[in-house]
Amino acid sequence: MDITFQDVSYIYQPNSPFEFRALEDISFHIPSGSFVAVIGHTGSGKSTLIQHLNGLVRPTNGEVIVGSHSMKAGEKTKDLKDLREKVGVVFQYPEHQLFEENVEKDIGFGPLNFGVKEEEIKRRTREAIQAVQLPEELLDRSPFDLSGGQMRRVAIAGVLAMSPDVLVLDEPTAGLDPRGQREIMEMFHRLHKEKRLTTVLVTHSMEDALRYADHVIILNHGKKFMEGQPKEVFVNEKELREVQLDVPEVIQFLNKLEQRLGKKVPYHGQTITQLAKELAAVVKGREAHE
Amino acid sequence: MSSNMIIGQYVPGNSVIHHLDPRTKITIIFFFVLIVFFANSVMSYGLLTVFSLGSALSTRIPVKYLVKGLTPVWFLILFTFILHLFVTKEGTVLFSILTLDVYSGGLIQGLSLSLRFFLLILVTSLLTLTTTPIAITDAIEDMLGPLKKFRFPVHELALMMSISLRFIPTLMQETEKISKAQASRGVDFKTGPIKDRVKAIVPLLVPLFVSAFKRAEELAMAMEARGYQGGEGRSKLRKLQISRLDIYSFIVFGLVIFGLFLTRS
Ligand SMILES: Nc1ncnc2c1ncn2[C@@H]1O[C@H](COP(=O)(O)OP(=O)(O)OP(=O)(O)O)[C@@H](O)[C@H]1O
Ligand SMILES: [Mg+2]
Repeated sequence: MDITFQDVSYIYQPNSPFEFRALEDISFHIPSGSFVAVIGHTGSGKSTLIQHLNGLVRPTNGEVIVGSHSMKAGEKTKDLKDLREKVGVVFQYPEHQLFEENVEKDIGFGPLNFGVKEEEIKRRTREAIQAVQLPEELLDRSPFDLSGGQMRRVAIAGVLAMSPDVLVLDEPTAGLDPRGQREIMEMFHRLHKEKRLTTVLVTHSMEDALRYADHVIILNHGKKFMEGQPKEVFVNEKELREVQLDVPEVIQFLNKLEQRLGKKVPYHGQTITQLAKELAAVVKGREAHE
Repeated sequence: MSSNMIIGQYVPGNSVIHHLDPRTKITIIFFFVLIVFFANSVMSYGLLTVFSLGSALSTRIPVKYLVKGLTPVWFLILFTFILHLFVTKEGTVLFSILTLDVYSGGLIQGLSLSLRFFLLILVTSLLTLTTTPIAITDAIEDMLGPLKKFRFPVHELALMMSISLRFIPTLMQETEKISKAQASRGVDFKTGPIKDRVKAIVPLLVPLFVSAFKRAEELAMAMEARGYQGGEGRSKLRKLQISRLDIYSFIVFGLVIFGLFLTRS
């Protein structure tokens, strides 16, 4: 589903001394099937932004369009339930949402609410638990007896079982061990391609953004700071540092290389192997000069 | 879950009232609540009104915010007024609506009672508006101090109060977060038949309880790990101190009381 933001602003607790402008005049367009990374310093409005995608918050100003659903300031959103079925959101620390007596019921909770048939729920539950790489034996256990990492995976499975068209991920791997982080991200990437999902990923990891995303949106104090393909955005090391962000290691490396050797190797998304070859050529060229 | 209710809400600021010692504020408010019931003439009511409104304005909390925040209270005030208007049957008949006669006594009763009510709410909410919950707790602990002699667990009570106060916003945030997560999984908290809405509370309450207990356990452990032992011999990080401002405030308030008894009829 296409996602469009038109001059979206959002204010928390308007007309009070605690009024806070969390988003300001944000506009962008995400074509269906994209993998978008939303990046920004802490408190820049990322979570606020993604809560617009399934109508949890309504814009104070402007309009959000997701597929055929439109959310406009001051208007009631129609078919909210249908929208929420199509847009699955994995929140920051989603393990806090577990509540059922066993894992199977918790994973099936979303589909059940959306009126999915029993056999279909069973099928989706198994599919989801496999996707998050947990053994099926866990289905009968209480979610509160699991480890933190396992709980996280169960919570993610609960969103996957809704079989959404748009998958919204708010720092889904925060606090996991490095291997778990990698596995989960690979899983989302695979699902994204297999099911032709539209994926919106909020992340603090530039490496993940570079590796998985085909579009990057950078937020700074509630405003859109930059937007584009990762390889276009991440070459702006100086600007990104100004808004307290890093750039991926590859680009840091290439920029350092340029300072040291005075040779510019432009980044255009090459793999490590390609890059190694290019570098070899550059270094050889230098030696040939001397 | 943006609520406009201001009772219990602290609004940071830099006014004189913000800087007063919390004990001063509690004492003055306590006596204000008492003397409001002594007012019985236009002048005396006027004096108390000027004092209350003046105090409220001096906090520099936006008037619009105060007015809106007292919305639920406005209804009560109006209700009090109307009730007295029609029920009290003293004095002369002023006019009648349908078959109900309105007496002059009713009008006066209605006006004075709803004004009293308004002044009480306004002044007491100034305490929480200008004082952090922690400062209020400190003040209460200090003021209840003498009760320690009778083995009344003053310190423990204050600690319980300050911990609860500290966790109210956290709990609110948590509630908001979990209800958003469950709403994303298709729970409908806002529409549908009552039966379904009651059922919708379970997926909200279970995670809330789980996290509240976890939090309590962690806090207890952290306190023990840092050697917490209770009130005996414990020093204070925030010291309460009476300043010149407090003395001036007591003088002003004393004058108000004096004025009140002069203007009473
Ligand atoms: N319920 C709320 N009431 C008032 N202000 C809020 C509320 N939720 C968030 N904010 C404020 O809005 C701003 C943006 O918050 P948001 O959660 O969108 O940030 P974020 O980019 O997701 O940060 P992080 O990386 O820490 O998750 C923050 O400054 C925050 O203090
Ligand atoms: Mg966030």
